[in-house]
Amino acid sequence: MEVVKIENITRVYKVGQIETHALRGVNLTIENGEFTALVGPSGSGKTTLLQMIGCLDQPSTGRVFVDGKDVTTLNRNQRADMRKGHIGFIFQFFALIPTLSAYENIEMPLLLNGHSPAERKARVEELLQAVDLADRANNRPDQLSGGQQQRVAIARALAPKPALILADEPTANLDTANGEQVMEIMTRLNKETGVTFVFATHDPRVIKYARRVVTLRDGLVVQA
Amino acid sequence: MIQIFKMAFRDLGRNRRRSFFSALAVAIGLALLMLMSSVIAGEMGSAIESAIRLSSGHIQIRAATYNENKSSLKWEDLVADPEKVASQIAAYSQVKAATPRLYASGFLSSGTQSAGARITGIDPLSPASDPYRAGLISGEYLSPDDHDSVLIGKPMAEKLNLSAGDKVSLSLNTADGNVQEQTFTVKGIYTTDTYGFDSATIFLPLAKAQALTQTENHASTIFVLLNDTSLTDLVVPALTVPANLQIKTWRELNALFVEWETMAQSYIGIFYMIILAITASVIINTLIMSVYERTREIGILSAIGMRGSRILGLFLAESSLLAVGGVIMGLLLGVLAIYLFNINGFYIGNMGLTGILVTDTIRAKLTLDNTINVTVMTFIVTILSGLVPAITASRLEPVAALRAEK
Ligand SMILES: Nc1ncnc2c1ncn2[C@@H]1O[C@H](COP(=O)(O)OP(=O)(O)OP(=O)(O)O)[C@@H](O)[C@H]1O
Ligand SMILES: [Mg+2]
Repeated sequence: MEVVKIENITRVYKVGQIETHALRGVNLTIENGEFTALVGPSGSGKTTLLQMIGCLDQPSTGRVFVDGKDVTTLNRNQRADMRKGHIGFIFQFFALIPTLSAYENIEMPLLLNGHSPAERKARVEELLQAVDLADRANNRPDQLSGGQQQRVAIARALAPKPALILADEPTANLDTANGEQVMEIMTRLNKETGVTFVFATHDPRVIKYARRVVTLRDGLVVQA
Repeated sequence: MIQIFKMAFRDLGRNRRRSFFSALAVAIGLALLMLMSSVIAGEMGSAIESAIRLSSGHIQIRAATYNENKSSLKWEDLVADPEKVASQIAAYSQVKAATPRLYASGFLSSGTQSAGARITGIDPLSPASDPYRAGLISGEYLSPDDHDSVLIGKPMAEKLNLSAGDKVSLSLNTADGNVQEQTFTVKGIYTTDTYGFDSATIFLPLAKAQALTQTENHASTIFVLLNDTSLTDLVVPALTVPANLQIKTWRELNALFVEWETMAQSYIGIFYMIILAITASVIINTLIMSVYERTREIGILSAIGMRGSRILGLFLAESSLLAVGGVIMGLLLGVLAIYLFNINGFYIGNMGLTGILVTDTIRAKLTLDNTINVTVMTFIVTILSGLVPAITASRLEPVAALRAEK
């Protein structure tokens, strides 16, 4: 079954008089359980495409279906709800809430989804185990290394059991060892839980983990 | 909900200095409002009350032709058989005291010094005369059958260099327009802490005043005190007096004062607004700053599915925590400020507000009503100020927020 279906989307950014065609008619289908790299040179539209899939932004034209649902027709709140339950995000910067501990960061999407305290506790502990951070539960992000922070972000993305996790250059700010650890955890979770991963990257060491590579150039998919 | 407050609390803790100073701004605003409202309550409230107690009463019954400014002593301008009228009025249950008084103008002289005096004939035993008895600072109080005794105010005593027991010469107008002079003994010296009153008013027993002025069994007014000022409008319509008499209420008798008070109230309203506006702008600034600093974080919360309304809630939670902290500090500061203010009071002496009796030292009076009012006002203004940055935060587009400072 397909998790994402993209039909001929374009995205034009307008800054003053200048129009940038970030996406020029992208068609793409992503099946459940894929572990897919989105590659291409800087400015080719990788981030823009992830934002369309992730309901963070809307295409200028075309349609995006996530879990069978046309997300291009949703309003702000409906898109927020879509992100809350169906999509997990991992960003290049380690996007954690600085005032919350590792535990609380992971718990956040569960709170937003209205899980009971008992469910939350069980799930967070399970995830802390899965990313090998059980002993860091009470640390705040500034007390964690970059690799540890990114693992917390992975756990948080996974928490509400989304169909899809989108990662934008998840290893770009990590050294080789940490980058590989993050990729290995993602690979393992993909295998164990079946959750779909789509990640943007230029890093050949990351690309080698992918089971499918989609190449973008100048806002078009040149190879899928 | 609890989590929102937990986050808000920690967010405030992130920049403790800034949070502290914003709460302090709220606190100072509240403390100022408390001090102002207490000073006003202390001064205005008590000034009107003291004007009533000392000089106007709640109600006066006078001859229809009586002209206060002339202190006329012609029989047709006076109340005849005043004891009878007074006792009828005293029968009302809301009336605390109803007593005849006679006013005459004249002057006191001692040696080469002299001073204008408002001679007031009173029943020394009436409860309406209690404030003068209570204000006695030397000598003795009057008794109804004294023949050559006078009670004078402290400023008058100082001006004429008189002490209790000294002789003083009193000249005054009489009913037929002549001037009568007699030597009196200063029996006692009083103060009501109200310069405008004490410097001119001297007291004689009513009978003696009537004898001196040849007004025999007449009085300028029936001075009426009620159990409470608020009863005035209830009692007045119920009173029946002969057609040749008129009823005056404290509002008419203190018209200038009432007008002054109304004017002061509107100035005070403006002051309140200024203080609240300053408080609001500090809060808006702080929170706007913190919204901009946390743009990316807001983007993250939005990306993981937090709706705008919750983000709004998060920032409102911050402003309400600031409000709570500020209000608690403000209550403490306010009480302290009022306490310090009252150690010495604020001495204004004789401000020369003619026609208005003002006690010579202003003291702040903290009332529960005022405290609740200004606290609620401050609280609401603080939270409303938080609304501006909160709305800004809740409207951030996640993409824009995530791209920020990348
Ligand atoms: N908010 C925006 N406003 C204007 N132009 C934008 C905006 N976001 C992206 N662009 C432009 O759209 C094009 C695609 O950008 P995008 O970020 O998707 O590329 P990318 O493949 O992710 O690049 P990188 O590898 O550097 O992250 C670029 O030319 C970029 O400058
Ligand atoms: Mg990018």
